Amino acid sequence: MNPSAPILQLQDIRKHFGGLTAIENFSLEVFPGEIVALVGDNGAGKSTLVKIISGVHPPSSGTITIEGKPVTMSNATMGRAHGIEVVYQDLALADQQTVYMNMFLGREPLNRIGLLDRRRMIAETEKLVKELDVRIPSAHATIRDLSGGQRQGVAIARATHWASKLILLDEPTAALGVAETARVETIVQSLKQRNVGILIISHSLDQVFKLSDRICVLRRGKQIGVRETRKTDKNEIIAMITGLQQQ
Amino acid sequence: MTSANTGTEMGSFASRFNLQQYVVYLGFLAIFLFFAFMLRDSGFLTVRNLSNIVLQTAPVTIMAIGLVFVMSAGEIDLSIGSIVAVSALAAAVTIASYGMAAGIVAGLGAGILIGLINGALVAYVRLPSFLVTLATMGLFAGVSRSMTDLRSISVTNEAFTGFFGSGSLLGVPSLIWWTVIAITIGHLVYRETRFGAHVLATGDNARAASVSGISVPKIRLAVLTISGGLAGLAGLLYAGRLQAAKYTLGETDLMTVIAAVIVGGTLLNGGKGSIVGALVGSLMMGMLNNGLILMGLSVSDQMIVRGLIILTAVAVSLRDKSR
Repeated sequence: MNPSAPILQLQDIRKHFGGLTAIENFSLEVFPGEIVALVGDNGAGKSTLVKIISGVHPPSSGTITIEGKPVTMSNATMGRAHGIEVVYQDLALADQQTVYMNMFLGREPLNRIGLLDRRRMIAETEKLVKELDVRIPSAHATIRDLSGGQRQGVAIARATHWASKLILLDEPTAALGVAETARVETIVQSLKQRNVGILIISHSLDQVFKLSDRICVLRRGKQIGVRETRKTDKNEIIAMITGLQQQ
Repeated sequence: MTSANTGTEMGSFASRFNLQQYVVYLGFLAIFLFFAFMLRDSGFLTVRNLSNIVLQTAPVTIMAIGLVFVMSAGEIDLSIGSIVAVSALAAAVTIASYGMAAGIVAGLGAGILIGLINGALVAYVRLPSFLVTLATMGLFAGVSRSMTDLRSISVTNEAFTGFFGSGSLLGVPSLIWWTVIAITIGHLVYRETRFGAHVLATGDNARAASVSGISVPKIRLAVLTISGGLAGLAGLLYAGRLQAAKYTLGETDLMTVIAAVIVGGTLLNGGKGSIVGALVGSLMMGMLNNGLILMGLSVSDQMIVRGLIILTAVAVSLRDKSR
């Protein structure tokens, strides 16, 4: 694979809901091993974009290209089939199930006689949890016995396990405390080595500047611009988000 | 700090584990010992009486298996008692004219069909299962009454009554075979298959299940159909054991089944349950019934005691859920 080729390419994406334009003319490329931050005020269209990229909503027009191949998706299962995984802000985990069952939710491996292959699920969960340094008591722990940070760690581990191309993080630390946020940020940072594209949505500019390589700003469905994180500063990004100072 | 956290989490985990996993077994043991002591001269401990308890609870156990699936998926099925009557009557009427095989098909088919109706209304019309099955409970109670003008239909086909009721294989009564087979298959499907895992995930967090690619409507349809089919089987067992079918069959079973399932550690709101627990819960309810009768309690007193047991079980179940 050519390392300089984008893993995800969005071209002229538009999305209308009836007469309402949610997204207009959005274009973005995400490269493997790169973290791109998507920022914008409430209602700027970030969630709509997440849904388009994850396959939940097909765009009204425009093309989505994954590793050079144009794809059409109409539900999240198709997104997953293309190697795209989403970590939701409200943790799409089944609270009363174990960590390993959540890791494989909807995609449980079976053994030779067609029954759940628990041994494999547990082994793979333990391996991944160790690699990502998600500190949980064990793969057998029940989700609701974990802290918010540990849960988000599990959600990220799950996405990492399945994403071959792109991980979308939708406000991954919105519900977390300071120490837990730092843990999750460390985990996100470590994902870069896995050579997948990472798109993170965050309200925290501190976090965006800490984690991202590039920042893409949305305002009222319009793409205001994309900046390289080390060549910009918070003032410029805030101006772009609020529109107080046109670039 | 991390290790301290882990310690307290493990502590609360352990206490919850004990309560949830063992309350049904401890309760079973306590009630058994209580009756064994109180009724030591009334024949409670005889092999005949104890095996009678197992035989009598077989239909409730079979229905309880279905309800574990339904409740684990976060739904409820109140129509099982009515399904029992419709299925038993359908089987009895059909056997008289067309023989055993047609009777089995009619009985099971009626249960599966009603379950499918419940399931389709819940899964695809998106009506709450509580209201749907409350309505079908009344509807099919009416159907069972009108099917035979309140008459009892006798079942004289010996192959049928032997297979589902009084017969035995290798010295073991057929009702015990049915119980063992249903529990084994139910437990395997519930614990060891993808379907079982998806049922639990659906009841636990339907949105998480859905974004994970699980078809939540299909799961809801499936669990209510399974429950209908198993209630149909329970109807066949009643018809076989009593050698007759009547609209009153299964009428009072709903409360017993719900109690058995909840005492057995299945959560009312879904996401967690146990088939083996439901078996022990069902045997416990049967034993309670039997012991209270042997103690000479009146029917009304029995109802009061059963009601109190159910209240206690629900309290434990909900307390656990809220933690």
